[in-house]
Amino acid sequence: MFCLLLVGLSAEAQKKKKNFKVAIEVDGVCMMCKKRIEKAALNSKGVKFATWDVKTHLLSLIIDENKTDTKTIQKNVAAVGHDTKGIKAKDHVYNGINPCCKYRDKKVVDAHDDL
Amino acid sequence: MLGLKSPYLLITQENLPSIRGAAQVFGLTFTPGTWVESIQITKGAGSVINGYESISGQINAELVKPFTDKRFFLNTYGSLGGRLELNTHFNHKISEKWQTGLYIHGNYRGEKFDRNKDNFLDNPLTNQVNVMSRWQYLDAEKGWVSFINVRYMNDAKQTGEINFNPSLDKGGSDIWGGEIDTKRFDSSLKLGYVFPELPFQSFGFQFAYSNHEQDSYFGLKTYDIKHESIYSNLLFNSIIGDTRSKFTTGINFTYDTYDEFVNSINFSRNENSFGGFFEYAYDNLDNFSFTTGLRVDTHNLLGTFITPRVHLRYAPWEKAVFRGSVGQGRKSANVFAENQQLFASARQIDIQSSGGKIYGLDPEVAWNYGISYLQGFNLFDKKGDITFDFYRTHFQNQVVVDWENPQRISFYNLEGESYANSFQTEVNYFFNEYLNVRLAYKFYDIETDYNSGKLSKPLTPNHRFFANISYETKPVELIKQWKFDLTYNFIGDQRLPDTSSNPIEYQLEEYSNSYSLLNAQVTKVFSKKFEMYFGVENLTNFTQKNPILASDNPFGANFDSTIIYGPIFGRMFYSGLRFKID
Repeated sequence: MFCLLLVGLSAEAQKKKKNFKVAIEVDGVCMMCKKRIEKAALNSKGVKFATWDVKTHLLSLIIDENKTDTKTIQKNVAAVGHDTKGIKAKDHVYNGINPCCKYRDKKVVDAHDDL
Repeated sequence: MLGLKSPYLLITQENLPSIRGAAQVFGLTFTPGTWVESIQITKGAGSVINGYESISGQINAELVKPFTDKRFFLNTYGSLGGRLELNTHFNHKISEKWQTGLYIHGNYRGEKFDRNKDNFLDNPLTNQVNVMSRWQYLDAEKGWVSFINVRYMNDAKQTGEINFNPSLDKGGSDIWGGEIDTKRFDSSLKLGYVFPELPFQSFGFQFAYSNHEQDSYFGLKTYDIKHESIYSNLLFNSIIGDTRSKFTTGINFTYDTYDEFVNSINFSRNENSFGGFFEYAYDNLDNFSFTTGLRVDTHNLLGTFITPRVHLRYAPWEKAVFRGSVGQGRKSANVFAENQQLFASARQIDIQSSGGKIYGLDPEVAWNYGISYLQGFNLFDKKGDITFDFYRTHFQNQVVVDWENPQRISFYNLEGESYANSFQTEVNYFFNEYLNVRLAYKFYDIETDYNSGKLSKPLTPNHRFFANISYETKPVELIKQWKFDLTYNFIGDQRLPDTSSNPIEYQLEEYSNSYSLLNAQVTKVFSKKFEMYFGVENLTNFTQKNPILASDNPFGANFDSTIIYGPIFGRMFYSGLRFKID
């Protein structure tokens, strides 16, 4: 009986969570970036909640692990022009984002720091 | 709003329906200005969450909160119209999670003015004490938030002839006068819980109790009303799939008792209702969102009914937003509380009962439809925006308030058609950081089938124009500056209630003349802590001539102080100061 319970518990631990909380670092600078990043995340299947912090650059997510994983979301965020660790946005996509969002440009980043 | 005033608007305080029933006619005047942190206005059909009563719109006032308000705030105000005002706020931190605030307001007008020499006070004498205590609890980690509010107000007003002395002349028929004494107690509890692991999911519970008691007399007429009210709701917010699709669902309960006596005739009644609602909101995070809600209520006098409401928002191109809304609302008409000015006249009260359950009348039911279009623009490199909106309220039933016989005020169920159309256009332009201009034009077309035929709403202009210009000097040392504000109002001609059956000396024109009002204010900010202001209302000194019919014979058959279309007092200077400590 005790053994059965243990087996049950370990199966539970390996089961993918429906409300898995995770945070990934996404590069960006402004409120326009925030909107773009969150929209890309929420438009990914299996993402229930997404909020990106302008200061910490952290994208906090609640996802259904049965339907998605962080890598897929990183790809979707890169597809709208934002870099994450390991997955960079393609240059032609990055070049298409609004001038005030150019987070790879030190001048743009510094300009936002002043605000 | 939209040409329909307070009874058709739902006024909430922090989303609790607050100005209802007996308090309706006073609107927000019993809420001191400095207590208000912000005001949100929804034109047209509102959300179903706060009930079924709103017809032409909702006004929500958020009050200052102990956690965010200044530690200490003091405001004093004095006007040459004799009004003195004092506002103070004290906010105190009890612990990391508890904060409390004490807010005190007093206003006093003891000086008598009769500038138009009609032997009547131009403004009522007033004396008000208003005290509120708030307790706010916040535990962000565990997800709990709570507000506890307790408020007490005592307001005394005196109107009538300049020589009226209540202790000698009350109940007599030599000198005409009246007093309105209002005592109000309010308390509310709000409790919110956000699931720490699921920030998109929350519970809310709200409970409010109020006791509003008005004792008043106007000449030989008396009007007493005591309205006790309980309102409670429980709501749950969550998502369907992801946060683009949200919903709110819940139940609510209201219980109102009215002890109402008009010239000692008893009109007391109880009302209670229980309802459930579901509201769904979708946002594609880009250019389109909509909210749709449905509620079902069962009410002891209104019956069981469904209230649907829909809102859409669409941004088809840059800086443009289209909005549309449709919804239904209904309410029981508090015929006396909403039309209290009738008591200060010789008019006889005539309720043409249809056997309905509220004063013998039926509930008021209306649909509201609206569309609006906002377009932002850049002109000479500066930002501005222009808005056009059109709303139509269409009554299925209305309790018609008929002032068209000068001897009478009649209330009856609508037979035929009644609607209010409103068109508004507004332009805002920001010349620079320091100079803003706002222009607005409003057109109202409000028609009702009265017993005597179709007429436009009396004492309501078809055309209004508004202009405001505000200018601030560049701050010195980040804070020291001057602020200037100038407001112009044009009020078009207004149809006056029919007085043609009066003796010739008490007859009025069919329409009032249009007029303009000009207000100006200058503020000097000395430091973060201290500022002073000085202003003038009605700079051009426009007044309505002969605002009271038969003011020479107030106990006679033609006395009428209900036909007021313009200011009575004229130009008024005022000054005040604000002192605050963070």
